[in-house]
Amino acid sequence: CHKKHSGVNPNSLGPGPAETGAAPTATITADPTAIDLGQSVVLNWRTENATSVTIDGIGPVNANGTQTVSPSTSTNFHLTAKGDGGTTEANVRVTVRVPEAPTVPSNENGDMGSDEVFHQNVKDVFFDYDSYDLRPDAQSSISQAASYLQAHPAIKVVIGGYCDDRGSAEYNLALGENRANSARTALVNAGVAASRLRVISYGKEKQFCTEENENCWQQNRRAQFSLDR
Amino acid sequence: QDWFKTETSSGASSIRIAVADFKPLSTDPQTSPFKHTFDTTLYNDLANAGIFDVVSKSLQPQSTPGAPAEISLAQWAAAPSSAAMVAFGGFSVQNGRIICNGYLFDAKNTQYPQVLAKQYNEAASDDSARQVAHRFADEIIFRLGGGTPGIAESKIYYVKIAGGTKEIWAMDYDGANQHPITHLGTVSISPRISPDNSRLAFSSLGKHGFQIRMYSLLLNRMVNFPESGGTNISPAWSPDGNNVAYSSSRTGDPEIWISDANGSLARRITSFRGPDVSPVYNPKTSSQIAWVSGRTGLPQIYIMDADGSAVQRMTDGGYASSPSWSPNGQFIAFAWNRKYGPGAPGGQDIYVMEVATKRWIQLTHDQGPCDFPSWSPDGRHIVYASSANGRTAQNKIWTMLADGTQKHALTGAGADMPNWSWK
Repeated sequence: CHKKHSGVNPNSLGPGPAETGAAPTATITADPTAIDLGQSVVLNWRTENATSVTIDGIGPVNANGTQTVSPSTSTNFHLTAKGDGGTTEANVRVTVRVPEAPTVPSNENGDMGSDEVFHQNVKDVFFDYDSYDLRPDAQSSISQAASYLQAHPAIKVVIGGYCDDRGSAEYNLALGENRANSARTALVNAGVAASRLRVISYGKEKQFCTEENENCWQQNRRAQFSLDR
Repeated sequence: QDWFKTETSSGASSIRIAVADFKPLSTDPQTSPFKHTFDTTLYNDLANAGIFDVVSKSLQPQSTPGAPAEISLAQWAAAPSSAAMVAFGGFSVQNGRIICNGYLFDAKNTQYPQVLAKQYNEAASDDSARQVAHRFADEIIFRLGGGTPGIAESKIYYVKIAGGTKEIWAMDYDGANQHPITHLGTVSISPRISPDNSRLAFSSLGKHGFQIRMYSLLLNRMVNFPESGGTNISPAWSPDGNNVAYSSSRTGDPEIWISDANGSLARRITSFRGPDVSPVYNPKTSSQIAWVSGRTGLPQIYIMDADGSAVQRMTDGGYASSPSWSPNGQFIAFAWNRKYGPGAPGGQDIYVMEVATKRWIQLTHDQGPCDFPSWSPDGRHIVYASSANGRTAQNKIWTMLADGTQKHALTGAGADMPNWSWK
C-alpha cells in the first residue's frame, strides 16, 4: 500500500507523553494477622512508582520494606502511596486477643440478693506476696462478711484463689488454693456453715490485670468472693 | 562451685562422623523432595545427638555413594572431612513406597568397614521420610553411643497458649510436626506422658476447679479419671506406669497423693501445712519422689520415699520449682531463683543438682525466666520453657545439652511446660 510521506504516523509515537506517570501500586500484608496481647507482627509492604509512602501509626516509610510491630489493640494498618500518577491506598487488619479478666457470672436477683449488695458486704481479701495468711485488713472484712452471710442464710459463696504473675504456674495453683482456704476457714471460724462455702484455685491462670508492677501484682494476690449460683 | 560430669560430658569423646546425602535410586518425581527431608533430618538428628562431631557438608566429598561397592573410604577418611565413621546409602520412592538402604562404615577399618546396614520400606510421605531418618539415626546413635538408645523418635508434649485457653500439643523431639492433642477449650496444663506412650495425664480447669484428666493416645479420646474435691494438679507417672502421683487439696490443704492409673485407691503421702505440688518419680528406682513444698515459706525441692518417709530437703533457699529427675537417677533438673525477694525481678534459671551430694550447676544464664525443665530419654538433653520478657504468653520451648550447650528454640511464642517422652 502507499503511505503518505508527510506526517508521522501518530501510532508509531507510542503512548502519548501522559501528562501524569503510571498510577502507583501498593500492597501491605501482616504475618500473623491474629496475635495475643504482647506478641509481635511483621508488616510487609510493596509499592511501585510511588514517590512518598506513609503508614498510619508508623509515619513515612520507604517504598518497600518490613517492620515488626506489637500493637496493644486490634489495629487496621493503613498505607498510602503517593506518586505523580496519583495516590493508592492499601490496608491490613491485625486482631489482638486480649485475655479478658474473669467476669463474675451476671445473675438476676435470685433469693441470694443482688451482686452489688453482696460485694458491698462481702469484700475480696488480699494477701502479701507468697503468703496465704490473712492480713489485719482482711480479718476485719472477713468478720463483716460473716455477719452479712449469717443474716442471709440462703447465700452460697464460691471463693476463688488467685496469685500474681510471678512464680511457677503449678506452685501458684497450690498457693491459690491455700489462700482461698484461709478465707474459707476464717469465715467458718466466724460462724458461717462450711457447706455454704466452695473453693476453686485459679493460681495465675486468670489475672485481674497484666501490668508488671507491684500495684497489679497486689491486685492478683487475692481470694475473690462471688455468689455460687 | 564444683563441677561434676553430666551424661553429655562423660564417656567416649565425640566420634567424627560424615553424613553423605543419600543417592536417589529412582526417577519418581517424589524422590527428591522426600530425599531432601530424609537427608536434612538424618543430619540434624546426628548433629543433635550430643555425642558426635559431625562433618559439615561443605567439607566432605560431594559424591553420593548408594551402596557399599560405590564408596571409596579413603576419600572420606582423608582431610578435610577426615571422618572416622561414614553414614551413606540409597533412597528411592517406588510406586508409593519409600525404599531406603542405610549403611554405616568405619573408615578406619578398611578390611571390614561395615558397622551396620538397615533397610526401610514405608508408605511414601514427607512425615514417613522424616520417621525413617529418625529410626536410622537412632540405630547409629545406639550403636556408637555406648548402648544408650537415641532420642530421634521421642516426642515432646507441651502446653499451647492461644488467647484465653491452653491446650495440650505434641511435637517431634526436634520441633517438627507440631500438632494439637486436646480440644477442650479451657485451661489445660502440666502434660505428662506415660512410660509406655499410651496415655497422657494433665490437669484441666473444669466447673469444680482444676482436675486431673487422662487422654488415651491409642483410642485418641479422653478416658475417665475420677474427679475429687479441691484442686488436683501436676500429675506424675511412676516408671512402671501403674501409679500416678499428683497434688490434691481435697483435705483443704494441697498434699501429694498417689492413685492407680485409673484414679482409684488414692492415698495421701505428705502431711505438711502449705503447698505441696509438682511430684516426679525417680525413673531409675521408682522408690523415691521429688516434689516442691512451701512448708518453710518460699517453695523448696524435697525428696522422699514413695511411701512418704525419709523426707530430705534439697535446696537451701530462694524460690525452687518444677523438678525433673534424670533417667539414670543421679540428677534433678529444676527451676531456681536463688535471690527471690518481694518485688525483686529475680532471675529464674535451670539448674541441675546431683542428688547424692546436693552439688549443683547453673545451665541457663540471662535468657529471661526459665521453667519446667524435662530430661530426654538418653539423659543427654534437657528441654525447658523460657520467655525473653518474662510474660508467660511469650514463652517458647528451648532445648539444650545437659551441660547447657547447643541451646536453640524449638517453637515460636506461646508454648510452655514441655514434657519429654520416656522413650
